[in-house]
Amino acid sequence: MNIWSQLMMYLQYPFVRYALIVGTLISLCASLLGVILVLKRFSYIGDGLSHTAFGAMSVASILHLTDGRMILVLPATIAAAVLLLKQDRRSSVSGDAKIAMVSVSSLAVGYLLMNRFNVSSNVSADVCSTLFGATSILTLTRSEVWLCVILSAVAVILYILLYNRIFAVTFDESFAASSGLNVNALNLLIAVIIAVIVVLAMNLVGSLLISALIIFPAISAMQICSSFRSVSITAAILSVCSSLAGMIASILADTPVGSTIVAAQLAVFIVIYCFRKTLRRNKADA
Amino acid sequence: MALLSCEHVTVRYENNTVLHDLSFEVNAGDYLCILGENGSGKTTLLKTLLGLISPDEGKISFEGGFSAQKIGYLPQQTQIQKDFPASVQEVVLSGCLNRMGRRLFTDAQDRETVRQSLEQMNISHLARRSYRELSGGQQQRVLLARALCAAGSMLVADEPVTGLDPASAKDMYSILEKLHKDGMTVIMITHDTEAAVQYATHILSFEKEFFFGTAEQYRNRRIGA
Repeated sequence: MNIWSQLMMYLQYPFVRYALIVGTLISLCASLLGVILVLKRFSYIGDGLSHTAFGAMSVASILHLTDGRMILVLPATIAAAVLLLKQDRRSSVSGDAKIAMVSVSSLAVGYLLMNRFNVSSNVSADVCSTLFGATSILTLTRSEVWLCVILSAVAVILYILLYNRIFAVTFDESFAASSGLNVNALNLLIAVIIAVIVVLAMNLVGSLLISALIIFPAISAMQICSSFRSVSITAAILSVCSSLAGMIASILADTPVGSTIVAAQLAVFIVIYCFRKTLRRNKADA
Repeated sequence: MALLSCEHVTVRYENNTVLHDLSFEVNAGDYLCILGENGSGKTTLLKTLLGLISPDEGKISFEGGFSAQKIGYLPQQTQIQKDFPASVQEVVLSGCLNRMGRRLFTDAQDRETVRQSLEQMNISHLARRSYRELSGGQQQRVLLARALCAAGSMLVADEPVTGLDPASAKDMYSILEKLHKDGMTVIMITHDTEAAVQYATHILSFEKEFFFGTAEQYRNRRIGA
């Protein structure tokens, strides 16, 4: 059986189609938000938030909130996002240290709780699948897919509608504020969207690998594009393509979805980086 | 009434009084230089004038129709901006934010304003270039063009020549001087006393002792001291 017919066979299964739809949408949103985060020097925030989500997920599972776990996980992650993105000069702990602290403590406490009050027979398999995504993307229910579609659509529409303001606040917060823009409200909104995307992305790549979806497309796009608009569009395209490629490869080769997607993102980055280097060298020679 | 008046303004920050009972006025067409050492409260004063910090006591008021949002602000460059992937056009267009109100997207008139301020700064040819590839002097011109899009009749510059080479600094001063001659009210923070005395009509100084008056009074006082 050749690869094409094999792929077609897999696509007949609804759960494979769901996974592809959800994966594409999440990568699209993550890449757009990633452009803002990378430029604001908040690249690592995805990590902090996903670990918070992991901690909240553990609490939800020991409380037996299997279906309603989003009720706990989403608000907890949003709260963490607001806390981490808030630049407080009066704070005694600096921004990057704050992210690291929140990140490791949620991871530790989450794992501690899961072990102490273990609800399933195989804690390490549970933990592993939360951390690396494993198979959860292939077990999505119809309602989870809809939730994901709606939230991603909201995120993309907000990004487009607020595009000019997002640019202003990313490029120069003081200038944006002096123009009468409500910088705090906008930052809060960005924090909430990021938290939502991170929680959604946990299904796709797991807690540990979310940062990749956020940073790689933006950094790859920044290598070759020189305007904010082209960086945003290129990041979105690169992200969607490499996620699709990663997901299809993982289905065909039977590899873990999350790490295959991240490997695809890394490959795209390396190709673009080398391409730019040679381009520069040729320019210098000419 | 003055275009901007600052009455008995006091600003505290973490139990420290940064600005204490400060009063002065800026009239239309003035060129005010604010002098002082680092940490003397110059930038705090500027941010208070722009409405980014609200004073703990006293008040800032504007002549009817004018407001803090209509001030063109030229902030100090941040580290983030140095390698920011944005075209000059995009950066300058963000200066139109204050007149967009609830409008979500920019319109033809905003783009016309951008074209004019690029022309005014002599950088129309850079419109499509990437901001991060420009020299320090060119970047500063771009930020000034952005400020001009926002500026009604007042421009506020925070150390506009810091980090520039002498030629670009001189260039920057002459641009500001030209804007002033064309009727723009300018407020500038600077460390450069010589330039302040040369270009400003008024000086507000946080050096050893507080001073506010015309540039001439400031010169005489320095000679007297």
